[in-house]
Amino acid sequence: MSESIDFLLWVRGPGFDIALVIFVVGILIRILEILVIGRRPDYAEPRGAELGSGLLTLVTRTAPEPGVFKRSPFTVVGGYIWHIGFLISLFLFVPHIELIHATLGLKWPGIASNLVDAVAAVTIVTLIAMLFSRLNHPVKRFLSGPEDYLTWLVTFLPMLSGYLAYHRMIDPYTLGLGLHILSVELLMVVFPFTKLMHAFTFALARWYNGAMAGRRGVQS
Amino acid sequence: MTDQKNPFSRTLGESLREFGVTRRGFLKFCAATASLMALPPSMVPAIAQALERAKRPSVIWLSFQECTGCTESLTRSHSPSVENLIFDYISLDYHHTLQAAAGEAAEAAREAAMRENEGKYLVVVDGSIPLGDPGFSAIAGISNKQMLEETVAGAAAVIAVGSCAAFGGLPHASPNPTGAVSVGDLVKDKPVLNISGCPPIPTVITGVLAHFLTFGALPELDELGRPVVFYGQSIHDRCYRRPFYDKGLFAETFDDEGARKGWCLFRLGCKGPMTRNACATAKWNQGTSWPVESGHGCLGCSEPNFWDAGGFYKALSIPDSDLTRNLGYVAAGGVALGAAAGALNRSTQAKAKQKHETVTIDDLDKKS
Amino acid sequence: MSEATLERGMNAFREQMSAPVAAFFSSCVNCGMCAEACLFYTETGDPKYTPIHKLEPLRRVWEQEYTLWGRIKSKLGLAEPVSNALLEEWETLIYDGCTMCGRCSMVCPVGNDISHMIRVAREGMVAAGYSPEGVKAASRRAVTLGSPMGVKYPALAAQIKHVEADTGLNIPVDQEGVDYMALLSSMEIINFPEYLEALARIFKQAKVTWTLSSEAFEATNSGVQIGSSDIARELVNRVVVAAEKLKVKYVISPECGHAYTAIRWEGPNLIGRPYNFKVVHILELLDELRRSGRMKTQGFEDARLTFHDPCQIVRKGGVLEPPRNLLNMVASNFVDMHDSREMNWCCGGGGGVSANERAEALRLKAFKRKKTQLDELNVETLVTACANCRLVIEEGLEAYNMEIPVVGLTEMIADHLVEDKE
Repeated sequence: MSESIDFLLWVRGPGFDIALVIFVVGILIRILEILVIGRRPDYAEPRGAELGSGLLTLVTRTAPEPGVFKRSPFTVVGGYIWHIGFLISLFLFVPHIELIHATLGLKWPGIASNLVDAVAAVTIVTLIAMLFSRLNHPVKRFLSGPEDYLTWLVTFLPMLSGYLAYHRMIDPYTLGLGLHILSVELLMVVFPFTKLMHAFTFALARWYNGAMAGRRGVQS
Repeated sequence: MTDQKNPFSRTLGESLREFGVTRRGFLKFCAATASLMALPPSMVPAIAQALERAKRPSVIWLSFQECTGCTESLTRSHSPSVENLIFDYISLDYHHTLQAAAGEAAEAAREAAMRENEGKYLVVVDGSIPLGDPGFSAIAGISNKQMLEETVAGAAAVIAVGSCAAFGGLPHASPNPTGAVSVGDLVKDKPVLNISGCPPIPTVITGVLAHFLTFGALPELDELGRPVVFYGQSIHDRCYRRPFYDKGLFAETFDDEGARKGWCLFRLGCKGPMTRNACATAKWNQGTSWPVESGHGCLGCSEPNFWDAGGFYKALSIPDSDLTRNLGYVAAGGVALGAAAGALNRSTQAKAKQKHETVTIDDLDKKS
Repeated sequence: MSEATLERGMNAFREQMSAPVAAFFSSCVNCGMCAEACLFYTETGDPKYTPIHKLEPLRRVWEQEYTLWGRIKSKLGLAEPVSNALLEEWETLIYDGCTMCGRCSMVCPVGNDISHMIRVAREGMVAAGYSPEGVKAASRRAVTLGSPMGVKYPALAAQIKHVEADTGLNIPVDQEGVDYMALLSSMEIINFPEYLEALARIFKQAKVTWTLSSEAFEATNSGVQIGSSDIARELVNRVVVAAEKLKVKYVISPECGHAYTAIRWEGPNLIGRPYNFKVVHILELLDELRRSGRMKTQGFEDARLTFHDPCQIVRKGGVLEPPRNLLNMVASNFVDMHDSREMNWCCGGGGGVSANERAEALRLKAFKRKKTQLDELNVETLVTACANCRLVIEEGLEAYNMEIPVVGLTEMIADHLVEDKE
């Protein structure tokens, strides 16, 4: 009878603690087990500096070269919409900012909730379109396996459940909110074991790429 | 409370006329009640007729682990309002706070009412029932649980007034030292209606009673046993400050610019989104105001476990643990484990370097 | 002596792990954009040539031996280990279908340097005994004879005599104390002797003191192409020993792609220490001579021409400005390809592919990319600065019935040299 509020209190309480531990510990292990391997020394005389090039690649790799865009427009545009939409939904929605403030002590202004809602709707549709693309594009279909579809699902569910909760489309609201929080906890738990780690390691990869190329005098 | 004549011979209509309530006043009340319960105007004559003829049903009010706030809310007599009169003209045969009798005489009155109205009386309960030890709350040596079971046996229906009776309320809050449970946890064979709230809104109970008197049945209930007509929508959906939530304008502290401008109180812990009640529409003190309008976030007092729902001043989206401190420990643990995993990797690589077998042009072809 | 076993290969894979490689594998999200940058995919439409896919054996080693979760899965028997069958299947992907051109590394949105990973993955492949026959044969010839094409010093000596006769100039050999020691690729010695002639004339006019070494004239490093640091080390060491013996200030890497990569970027790491000399690419040297005014030219080619950027020199090597500075000195009608400089497309024959007969059909298919680039421009001449690219392009043009002459840049410069009257 009072199950949905108990469910909400569990996911907001012990559920969140468990997910947070796995998330944080998992990510730290994954990052450190990369960094600690280190790089061999490079005795070749450098032509350029690593630092500037590495940092620049970190930023510029976000934008594709024109030729590249022409060859993979859907992947590029879909990727932009997904990432930007997700980041807006996560970081500029005030209830989420409250959560981050309570967890990390950081705060920043949010934007209008109904604006976030519009962005989320576009993002959800884009995610579905990207799933279709992954299933139909010959290269993506060829490369994709269970992990790719699992990560899509655990990424999609928080967006969808958040949208449904915001619009009160699940009755009662406590159940809807509980499901949204649970779906985020699922994402957190799955995160460190999958390619979702790219959210952190992309910075390392881009940095190394730019640094190695910059040493040779090429801006990659 | 009980008068000397047979209390069941006079109808409600006769009592009201005796008291000087005009037909017009009475009809106005019926219209207000109909509209409050979202019933069509065509129902007003039916309500009037039913109430006219209503025999004063017997009501036995049991008070268990409660603070008496529900009674206070319901029996405020600010002025001779019709609600109060209606209340007077239900035969309230047993009520700790309001009855004249005491001790064995009071218990005898209860038992008499039960016998004489077998199958027809209403039991109203406020307060939770302790299962931990009967001694936590006993009346005249009878444990709450026993009294509830005895009294409910011959009842037509049970109304649990207040969040304690409906869901366990404050005594039920962690760690629940008395083993408090709700009426609904114990009564399974009679219709139970929950009027939750800490306390509930007065007009909510009179509306429910009027419904019962009119139709002889309880109104439509939600999955928590509360009348849908009053508990069917969330505070959030009826809140006059909702546009500010939508626009992302929030008060950050209790007396800042946003608070003074009447912005949304989500960040100050308002539980409006998860709470269902009529506060935002019916309001309190006969429509004077309600918590959000006064500048304080909704506590969620009509929902189960609202005391354990994470703090009145923490926003709904904030989890319940001491996050920042825990995060520090977790991160430290993660760094330690990560360093260990990294060390393992370096050892793997060092071993591989040690075991390096030189490739020469004489061993380029696969042997095995 | 060791044997080419799976274990030797696995050990080599393990040795090659580094923080960059681990970061790259962690970050790949299977977006497939690298495929669209790889001519082997774009011209065949076969997704197995997706660059990141070519790395599956190395990826498994990373996951199963360098991640905590991967180790656990492995112990529980939940992971597919690397096997001989896997390496055999992957041989054509890593060798036949990849030139290590590095275009994929420029395109990956998360920043993976896939071509770097291909290079280190080849260490495991060759150690396990899985590399193409043509590439193995080239390495054997390089180590035993001194050149992957089997060119020994006497053959070079004969070429030197011809050049001396044609130009009336002296080609110094084994001269100690000069500034520059020049290397040559076998391809140039056999197919494009005009390069050596161009060197002689330019250095005479610019008064550059230089020499060849009879003990170490070969620039091409087959070890880098087959992917064995051990073999590459042996080959590069010959050059280092000779250069340090002759006490030169600079070693000149000729118009050959992977030769530059080997001597300029891999060499010091193969021998484990910096050189006692510097390395320049011939184009860098010519550009320096141009800037300082020591080299003068006259006249222009007025044919409409374009430049093919050799991957190892431009994109992977960092010699970005010199080619076009030099071209602008002698060409009046130069147009760049639509994808040019560090985004130009590979000729399809580098990294050992041109030595691999098995890969010829695939290479010619991949050449359609270069053909398309040329068709877009409608040029009369193609200039490049790598002997291998030159040969591969000439073969490709012939296969597609295209009549575009291919010219080496150094040779073109020399053609316009203002020489002192003798």
